[in-house]
Amino acid sequence: MKITQISVFLENKQGRLHEVCALLGSNNVNIRALTVADTEDFGILRIVVDRPQEAVAILRGAGLTANLNEIVAVEVEDSPGGLAGILKILSANGVNVEYMYGFVEKFSEKALLVFKFEEPDKAIEILADNNIRIVGGQDINCI
Amino acid sequence: MIWNERMECMPAGRMQDLQSERLCRIVEYVYSNCRPYREKMDASGVGSRDIKGINDIAKLPFTVKDDMRRGYPFGLFCVPQEKISELHVSSGTSGDPIVVGYTAADIKLWGDVMARALCCAGAVPGDMVQVAYGYGLFTGGFGMHYGAREAGLTVIPASSGQTKRQLKLMQDFRPRILACTPSYALYMLEEARELGVDPRESSWQIGIFGAEPWSEAMRGEVEANWNMLATDIYGLSEIIGPGVAQECPHKDGLHVCWDVFYPEIIDPVSGLPVPEGTAGELVITTLTKEGMPMLRYRTRDIVSLDRGACPCGRTSPRLSKIKGRTDDMIIVRGINVFPSQIEHVLLRIEGIQPHYQIIVDRKAGKLDDLEIDVEVEEGIFFDEIKKLREIEERICREIESVLGIFVKIRLVEPKSIERSEGKARRVIDRRTV
Repeated sequence: MKITQISVFLENKQGRLHEVCALLGSNNVNIRALTVADTEDFGILRIVVDRPQEAVAILRGAGLTANLNEIVAVEVEDSPGGLAGILKILSANGVNVEYMYGFVEKFSEKALLVFKFEEPDKAIEILADNNIRIVGGQDINCI
Repeated sequence: MIWNERMECMPAGRMQDLQSERLCRIVEYVYSNCRPYREKMDASGVGSRDIKGINDIAKLPFTVKDDMRRGYPFGLFCVPQEKISELHVSSGTSGDPIVVGYTAADIKLWGDVMARALCCAGAVPGDMVQVAYGYGLFTGGFGMHYGAREAGLTVIPASSGQTKRQLKLMQDFRPRILACTPSYALYMLEEARELGVDPRESSWQIGIFGAEPWSEAMRGEVEANWNMLATDIYGLSEIIGPGVAQECPHKDGLHVCWDVFYPEIIDPVSGLPVPEGTAGELVITTLTKEGMPMLRYRTRDIVSLDRGACPCGRTSPRLSKIKGRTDDMIIVRGINVFPSQIEHVLLRIEGIQPHYQIIVDRKAGKLDDLEIDVEVEEGIFFDEIKKLREIEERICREIESVLGIFVKIRLVEPKSIERSEGKARRVIDRRTV
């Protein structure tokens, strides 16, 4: 129940993010979720797209360093305290979140967040035990 | 076998006497026969009377490549042209060509030192050698040829190129020895496989590879793929061509023919000798050449010298592989930095390709800053900032331990370092002094 995320190494310079997004856009790749982690000199662009395998080939073809990795998409109540409730469960079970970010669009009444866990399998098990819905790539057309 | 046992195994004390005697003679000879040398010695206030032994060598002025260019074509010859038997020309990588002239005695000397080199690598009289160095103005082909003839080997003067024919000669004649550049040995590997020739079944058992710097990694690749012993040879046209130094099968440095080519290692900036065993610029004096002797010629090659005993029995000191060129050297906060030192550190870190650039900058009133940009390839790219930071810190720490100064590491995108003709520009010096 994991979904594929693409990480791209980017230098921290003006217009770089635009160039990468434009490259994907012109190849008809749709970005469904996105986040940028940055430092003074470089950043990591993390994206969830509709056709990850194809997108990573396009990025590499353009000379970029890009990797595929697995993240977990979780439905969160779109109401005050919704995220806190999930984080409480994870924390109580000793699951460490490396980072997280949200999907742009909604697929149900709930919000959709993606998590990078240190131990994804353990996290999935705990979330399932607590009746929290994990969304697969096919559910949101991201395979 | 040891070709010239008397010279190659002479005890150090007796060697010093011989070198002293030869140095005094050559200085006197050069002073009397070559005007540019005479003027240089006069200008530095050194006369042949000041040179009483090999330890006085440091009193002599250096000779540099520019001296040869200024003297183009025959200015540094010590004999009239009619006494020269052979001329060779080195194109060099920059500037005017330089010309070297050999008398008949010099050609005989070349044959002797090259015979020593071939036997040092493991050749024995009767062996067959395929010489795939270029024959012509370049010294590689002819040097090997003269040595092979002197040592009683059967020579195949294949010269360079025509790889298919090289492979056919190897398969049909079965030579045991191959002499060429290390990169050509690797290139032939691909061609052999394309032709369906199994490289591990080749007749070549010993390779004598030189004329360009190569790494231990490259040696490993050549040895494993061709199933042969790969030895390193060193030489330069200005001194004689190939035959200045050669590795024995112990592969622990290149034995220098120090009875005829006297080596010194100096600090390229101060010109003073470096402490024993430390790397510095190799300076060579030819002790017996007639046509174009060289006094304290600065090779621009960075090497170290090992005077420890070698199990092969030769008493000569051994040169390390070339660690760099003084041409590429930069001085940062008074410390000499060679791009190759940085390259070595990077190659030790798993997953890193040696795609880097060194940027030296000086902000007003501040010390020089050294920044090294390293391209991030899949091998070192992780989805976590923390891990990328760790890589930066590791490179930084390891370079600091080698150079003794702090460097800033910047991770950059692949191919973002400017390349010209496939080669990256290694150093950008933005200092305005």
